[in-house]
Amino acid sequence: MTQNVITAKVPLEQRRKMIEFDRVHKYYGDYHALRGITATIREGEFFSLLGPSGCGKTTLLRTIAGFEDISSGSVLIDGKHMEDVPPNKRPTNMVFQSYAIFPHLSVGQNVGFGLRRDPRSEAEKAKAVEEALEMVGLKGYGARAAHALSGGQRQRVALARALILKPKVLLLDEPLSALDKKIREQMQIELIKLQREVGITFVLVTHDQEEALVMSDRIAVMFEGEIAQLADPETLYRRPASRRVADFIGVMNFLPAKVLGEGNGHVQLEVAGLGQVDVTDEQASAKPQGGEPAVGFRPETLTILYEGQTAQDRESPGVIDEVVYYGDMTYYDVKLDGVETPVRISMRNVFGRPVLDVGTQTRVAWSPGALVLFR
Amino acid sequence: MSASPIRRWARSEAASGWFMVSPTLIYAMLLLAAPLATIFAYSFFKDGYLVVIHEFTTQNYIDAWSDPIFRTILFRSVLVSALVTLVTVLLAFPIAYFISFVVPASNKSRWLFLITIPFWTSYLIRVFQWKVILNFNGVINSTLQGLGIIDSPLQMLNSIGAIAITLAHAYAPFAILPIFVSLEKIDRSLLEAGQDLGESKLMTFWRVTLPLAMPGVIGAVMIVFIPTIGDYVTPELIGGGKLPMVANMIQKDMLKIDNKPLGAAVAVSAMFVVAAVSLLFLFLNRRFLKVGK
Repeated sequence: MTQNVITAKVPLEQRRKMIEFDRVHKYYGDYHALRGITATIREGEFFSLLGPSGCGKTTLLRTIAGFEDISSGSVLIDGKHMEDVPPNKRPTNMVFQSYAIFPHLSVGQNVGFGLRRDPRSEAEKAKAVEEALEMVGLKGYGARAAHALSGGQRQRVALARALILKPKVLLLDEPLSALDKKIREQMQIELIKLQREVGITFVLVTHDQEEALVMSDRIAVMFEGEIAQLADPETLYRRPASRRVADFIGVMNFLPAKVLGEGNGHVQLEVAGLGQVDVTDEQASAKPQGGEPAVGFRPETLTILYEGQTAQDRESPGVIDEVVYYGDMTYYDVKLDGVETPVRISMRNVFGRPVLDVGTQTRVAWSPGALVLFR
Repeated sequence: MSASPIRRWARSEAASGWFMVSPTLIYAMLLLAAPLATIFAYSFFKDGYLVVIHEFTTQNYIDAWSDPIFRTILFRSVLVSALVTLVTVLLAFPIAYFISFVVPASNKSRWLFLITIPFWTSYLIRVFQWKVILNFNGVINSTLQGLGIIDSPLQMLNSIGAIAITLAHAYAPFAILPIFVSLEKIDRSLLEAGQDLGESKLMTFWRVTLPLAMPGVIGAVMIVFIPTIGDYVTPELIGGGKLPMVANMIQKDMLKIDNKPLGAAVAVSAMFVVAAVSLLFLFLNRRFLKVGK
């Protein structure tokens, strides 16, 4: 696979702005579906809109395609205002959740649907269709009836049908949600490779946080019509901006904390089960969110210490409350001393090291740098 | 376990199936298959004075098909029902489209209910009402005269146009419903996909909606065409008996002239024409259905 010049070489911040949302609001009657979305998507970026159902992510995607009017604000594609441009005149193409494969047409006719007004000769168009099918791994499928395809194949046809038109932006509305797990994971990798190859800006809507983390350059997490956090996957995972984002992306343990003092870029905390901890300001959520302060940490940032092992940094005692064995991993729910709610710790299983039993007295190693403070 | 074959059969699944369909089957045999078979048999009998001579002959068919009046009437029947079908389907499609695409989902059943209202009156009365509307001193003529648009009443009854309007009105709901069903089945994201791939709404209709609605359209064509070709009441009342269709001819042969074998031959001939046309549409429908699965 050859990489596209833009996706391979140019850093994200230096690329052209491909999609700009400026204070986009959308009302359905009294229902406020989009509440002032402002964001910029760059050329050749793999951008995901992630959130629970009803958060407005699909509505936002459809404002790019032109299937939804916006109530106020503006949407620009490649620097041009799109408010009065109908869907068929926009430089975008969409892969629909249901794939929307035309059942009365063959695979080849589906892929070539958008080429009607293409000035090329019929022979050249047929060649383009064949190339598009080859690109998605469906070489030689052109003459088949579309209704005879499997879910994964339909999705590939939908992709080929959109990409053959060389859009500036490809919109994907939960394209993988209808596929079973194995094909889904395979398609995720294929989509990433394809995106890097063609260099087209991809905007993906998904409710699957893992999918968003795997595929995206950046992710916008949405709740109730607002972007709660817009960041690259690693930042999103390691430094979630709010408890809600933290809860939505992966597993996050929370322990109640008390702020003892702050200054010099540090916050001194008294954390239940962990004791006194210093965290840096970067680890603290930007703005107070109300509610009791708490620290959060991911299951893999803690380690259960076996006999004879010592912590490199800090350690806290606890009792194993539950064991969930996953083959390559084991999840331990550990009740730290003085805390009623157990915390989840994930441990990679190592050959020769026994899985511990429920009720085992243990010590948990952790590091203050892995904590996130929510206040 | 040495039950007799008959007893064993009586307990089989096939037998219980037969028992279950038997009331309907007997009904259909007695009231559909038997009369049809009788007509078919009569068409090969000889006609005597007041009696039917039970001897095989093909003379009835030769007589019927060599009669220019029969050919004219059969041609007129096909023409009128083709015209009625065309008008009905062309009028039904926009209505079905409106209910399926424009009416909000919560109101659709109300609209379908409204469409069935004409069925609350009998077919005969509805046909007669058209006579009232189209008559010399009917609704249209007296209105136009009252407004001073015309001086003398228009001759509207006793024309193929009048027959076509009456039948098209009577069969409209039969055409609307199958087209509505096939439009309802169209995944709306397909229409968005059409636009997304660069086609205007009109072209999307032409390239996506219409082909996918074709099974319903062809169904509507058959549902309207088959009964109208054999319609008896409308040519009699609206055509004033001056433009008989094939059913009127059968009635005349059977009852007035009392040549039952000839009437039977005309009936069987008409049936074959209908069957041939229907098979053509059935074949077309199969093509669309095959792709649409």
